Amino acid sequence: MQKEKVITAKDLTKRFGDFTAVDKITFDVEKGEIFGFLGANGAGKTTAMRMLCGLLLPTSGLATVAGFDVFKQTEQIKKNIGYMSQKFSLYEDLTITENIRFYAGIYGLTDERIKEKTGLLIKQLHLQGQEKTLVRALPLGWKQKLAFSIAIVHDPAIVFLDEPTGGVDPITRREFWGLIYEASAKGITIFVTTHYMDEAEYCNRVSVMVDGRIDALDTPANLMKDYSAASMDGVFLQLARKAVRTGD
Amino acid sequence: MQPVVVEHIVQNYRTKKTVVAALKDVSFTVNRGEIFGIIGPDGAGKTSLFRILTTLLLAESGTATVDGFDVVKDYEQIRNRIGYMPGRFSLYQDLSVQENLEFFATIFNTTIEKNYDLIKEIYQQIEPFKDRKAGALSGGMKQKLALCCALIHKPSVLFLDEPTTGVDAVSRKEFWEMLHRLKLQDITILVSTAYMDEASLCDRVALIQKGQILSIDTPKGIISRFKKPLWAIRANEMFKLMNAIKEDPSVESCYPFGQYHHVVFKTEKDSKEKLENIGKDGRYTDVEIKPIEPNIEDCFMELMTN
Amino acid sequence: MKQFLIFVKKEWLHIWRDRRTLFILIWMPIVQIILYGFALTNEVKNSNIAIFDQSRDEATLQISDEIAASHYFNLVKNVYSYKDIGATFRKGKIRMAIVFPKNFRYDLLHSNRAQIQLIADASDPNTANTLTNYASSIINDYQQAVNQNADLPYTINTQVRMLYNPELKGAYGFVPGVMALVLMLVCTMMTSIAIVKEKEMGTMEVILVSPLKPFRIIIAKAVPYLFVSLLNIVSILLLSVYVLGVPIVGSIWLLMAESTLFTLTSLSLGILISNSAQTQQTAMFISMMSLFLPTLLFSGFLFPIENMPWPLQVISNVVPSKWYYIIVKNIMIKGLGFESVWQETTILVGMTAALLGMSIYKFKIRLA
Repeated sequence: MQKEKVITAKDLTKRFGDFTAVDKITFDVEKGEIFGFLGANGAGKTTAMRMLCGLLLPTSGLATVAGFDVFKQTEQIKKNIGYMSQKFSLYEDLTITENIRFYAGIYGLTDERIKEKTGLLIKQLHLQGQEKTLVRALPLGWKQKLAFSIAIVHDPAIVFLDEPTGGVDPITRREFWGLIYEASAKGITIFVTTHYMDEAEYCNRVSVMVDGRIDALDTPANLMKDYSAASMDGVFLQLARKAVRTGD
Repeated sequence: MQPVVVEHIVQNYRTKKTVVAALKDVSFTVNRGEIFGIIGPDGAGKTSLFRILTTLLLAESGTATVDGFDVVKDYEQIRNRIGYMPGRFSLYQDLSVQENLEFFATIFNTTIEKNYDLIKEIYQQIEPFKDRKAGALSGGMKQKLALCCALIHKPSVLFLDEPTTGVDAVSRKEFWEMLHRLKLQDITILVSTAYMDEASLCDRVALIQKGQILSIDTPKGIISRFKKPLWAIRANEMFKLMNAIKEDPSVESCYPFGQYHHVVFKTEKDSKEKLENIGKDGRYTDVEIKPIEPNIEDCFMELMTN
Repeated sequence: MKQFLIFVKKEWLHIWRDRRTLFILIWMPIVQIILYGFALTNEVKNSNIAIFDQSRDEATLQISDEIAASHYFNLVKNVYSYKDIGATFRKGKIRMAIVFPKNFRYDLLHSNRAQIQLIADASDPNTANTLTNYASSIINDYQQAVNQNADLPYTINTQVRMLYNPELKGAYGFVPGVMALVLMLVCTMMTSIAIVKEKEMGTMEVILVSPLKPFRIIIAKAVPYLFVSLLNIVSILLLSVYVLGVPIVGSIWLLMAESTLFTLTSLSLGILISNSAQTQQTAMFISMMSLFLPTLLFSGFLFPIENMPWPLQVISNVVPSKWYYIIVKNIMIKGLGFESVWQETTILVGMTAALLGMSIYKFKIRLA
């Protein structure tokens, strides 16, 4: 059965002056898939992700996200995606509920729906009784889990996660991935970057960017077979060592 | 004389209403010429500890010495002989690579030439960009420059606070290789990290969580304290498999580790059979079950939950 | 010493590479001096006036003629009653009226004493003040002319003396004021930001863990800004002499020395601010609130301090720019020597020493 494609990219390219940050990348991501987007610092991950989020106009190529064109329909794209990164998360000086309501409000959810979602989310994250806690007072792991839940509060077709688990303790990190699996089971597509190679192995498929190109794209198991490596770490090291580029 | 001795350090952060404990009675000793890792997640208290040891912060109670000097009384002597690389990039972004290095050499009363041997290997990698502004360097190169600047006065103890955070796997590996070569030069290195896999690269580690040291030992020693048998299991439907395993009341923990789940049972008895039964219930294919050696992350999680 | 020099070099590179800020630092004083010198001047030209002459004698006609001939005034109406004056004012046609009493010349010649009444529209007090001053000075001139061929002096009682600014130029008061303002801004705000920036960027951590002494860090931070400030003083003085036509009457070297002293005061204040501020915004805000406004209000160049209620007069004493303003006015405009400003100089020296001492004492050798 051919699954619905949530992201399609064909020869997507971004040049800054004579520097080609992203060099003709071609790939598809299916609905509900957990897609790992790996690459060394400066390989072009961030640029590629910004183009897909509608924040940066590509130089050439084609790409659609949630069925919308990245050249012309960036406003629709923004409505249909969620985004979360290690750096950008929540308003520290607002309470948990205020943060949820704010983001739900931004995406135009009705008051009734916001109320319902807020209750659901608090329950899911076992934050009952802490609704009025300032986000600042939460441990990092909780913040990240909350930020993820808020990033998908409007049930987007796809959520982009930029190094969501950096510095988080190992147990919370796994709980975080539990949330990712749940979201994926609900049909939300996950597009995730990470520096933890064991996390790369949790993905359905993984791409590795080297010098602006996608040099490998397959399931973790197949990649490990192809590169005769025992783990994704080995695959990544082999690929990233080929990089010529050193700058960001 | 031990290069770093920490005794009963306590540190709290006060907000308006609450007192948050950053370090709860932390004690350890670092031996001359070893790489000592402080391993723990963000918010464990690693940075507070480093700031206390580098004389930047006063502990609420407890004592600490670096090279025999007291971190409170003798802060000036300590500042003369340690190298420190803070968690965030802390070089002048608008100065070039060369200018940064020269600046730090001079304020430590030395010259680049005098200790060039020590940084030569690292510096050669960034030398082609020596006229580039530090702000325009890539993450890996920034980190190398910061290390050069922290090393330029040939410190006897080097404090590296999360040097590999946000750095990709290749640069991390290279960075650790550099640390091992520095160790040969008789420099004692205290390094903190949130990446559990880096623990095995240290001579000894302290696992730290919520301001408390969970365990101090060699990586091997820590692993040997993990007494219960550890099983790795995998199948085609990993998420469902994990939920099924967690339903079994005799399971103590089940955590995903890459392509396997690591499972620990409350009692050793029949543990393999129990796993096999779960695997055989018909929902899974390609089931593989094997006993494995725990790694530091397994140990950390076990210590965290106790 | 080498440590110190490399720190100064580093600071200089920060300033030099941040071209936008450097540009602002160099151009701000120039723009300000031109702005204040021309646009905000309280010089008043061609103001409409009316004259109510109840004597209509030789003397009143002559004075009227001279006032009307002056380019400050434009005689639009002769009125014939006080009622008429009120009406003309209400219609907004005039800004000042001159009233000659009956028998003006007779009084002047026989009792050697005569009166002229100047009525000005005080809804704009500054203009009113200026206009009456202009008129008085014209009347004064007339009186002096009359007195030249008289045995007994005649007195017309509109006694206003315009000793130091005979042409009533607005720029005279503004140049010293702008100098105080610009130096305050450049030195205090920029140094306060310079130290806080290191805290924000995280470089302070590394600097603190080095053997550098706090005293050296502070002085090294201030040196480049001292140079920029001296450059600013020179450009302000050149502009005031050649563009605004305000001469430097006194010693230029004394003026430069006093300016350097004031620069040091401002630098010390900036360093003190940056010790307590944690972010660049806070530093900027404190500088604005505690320096810029008080300098405008209390240095005496916009609002005369003598007219303020006494609590404000007391407060004005702690504003360094007040003392600098007096010094510059005395040296530059009045042409007085050091003996006339030694008290103010002593006050500034004291302030600088206190501020610098406090900065070094309060400079945190640790992070928290």
